[in-house]
Amino acid sequence: MAETTLDGTAPEQSRPAGLRGVAADWASDQRAFKSASWGKAMMWIFLLSDTFIFGCFLLAYMTARMSTTVPWPNASEVFALHIGGVEVPLILIAIMTFVLISSSGSMAIAVNFAYRRNRRATVALLLVTALLGATFVGMQAFEWTKLISEGVRPWGNPWGAAQFGSSFFMITGFHGTHVTFGVIFLLIVARKVWRGDYDDGARGFFTSRRGDYEHVEIMGLYWHFVDLVWVFIFAFFYLW
Amino acid sequence: MTSHAEQEHRHFSQSATAAHAEGQQHPIRIYLIVWFWLFVLSACSYLVDYVGFQGYLRWGLIIVFMMLKAGLIVAVFMHMVWERLALAYAILLPPIAVLVFAAIMAVESEYTAITRMTAFSGGG
Repeated sequence: MAETTLDGTAPEQSRPAGLRGVAADWASDQRAFKSASWGKAMMWIFLLSDTFIFGCFLLAYMTARMSTTVPWPNASEVFALHIGGVEVPLILIAIMTFVLISSSGSMAIAVNFAYRRNRRATVALLLVTALLGATFVGMQAFEWTKLISEGVRPWGNPWGAAQFGSSFFMITGFHGTHVTFGVIFLLIVARKVWRGDYDDGARGFFTSRRGDYEHVEIMGLYWHFVDLVWVFIFAFFYLW
Repeated sequence: MTSHAEQEHRHFSQSATAAHAEGQQHPIRIYLIVWFWLFVLSACSYLVDYVGFQGYLRWGLIIVFMMLKAGLIVAVFMHMVWERLALAYAILLPPIAVLVFAAIMAVESEYTAITRMTAFSGGG
């Protein structure tokens, strides 16, 4: 029973809401996060630290772009593709954005089915999410190959400010790594759902604790965060 | 004595979660609606570039679509609207420090740019 209490999904008692609730939760000299289990709270805190990492990358990019006296390459043209003899601006990036958003949607619904104990649908949706994530990484590899073959390097490029290359490889590379790890963990969670680990409480390899379907939601938090970061990269690096 | 509405609510939550009190049960409809809007907003931000808006109109639209998308993802997909405020504030307030940092670096890089223009045009 001790574990059930720790998992934070105990029935809602009459706790104060609003600012009074914030004060009461933090002042209780117990767990501050009454509605979130330790696993979910730790994932949120990890994501907060990741926010600072990506925040600093985007800040460094802003600083480089604002302070250089050399013109910044036009992303709209750099990332254009020839399709049927026409130059379509930013098309690959737009498709990548739609792929990642689709994967976020399928992840959200997978979490929903997990709490409904629909294992078949959960596994299917997790695999769809992983497949879309892998597609995203594949398209990013294509994009990197194209740019490298056109002469973009971390120390220079044919169109303007040298920092364009370093910012691009640093930011999209770090994001792509996040997506790759997300795909791996999606596959692990999908396998655990498939085997019914969360039904019979098999102990996990990471913490040796018994898992439950909240793991799918925590996995989802990470995946949505990866999508969230892309929203900012798309806006600041590709569109600005 | 419990009211009729309370009893009904209890009955509903019990049947919905199969005798297991679990968090974050929401109708799939909500996710589909948010999904749809994320697609629309992404299309809009792509159109900002495709149509070729420039200047403050461009930057303003990019920021608006970006914040709407980020808000929808955090609020609904990541279930932040259904968490207690203690968690929401603990996670959503610290990134304000990043905005302060951005403001500091914006001032700093303006200064660097001016210094470079003066030094480079004057022959170093």
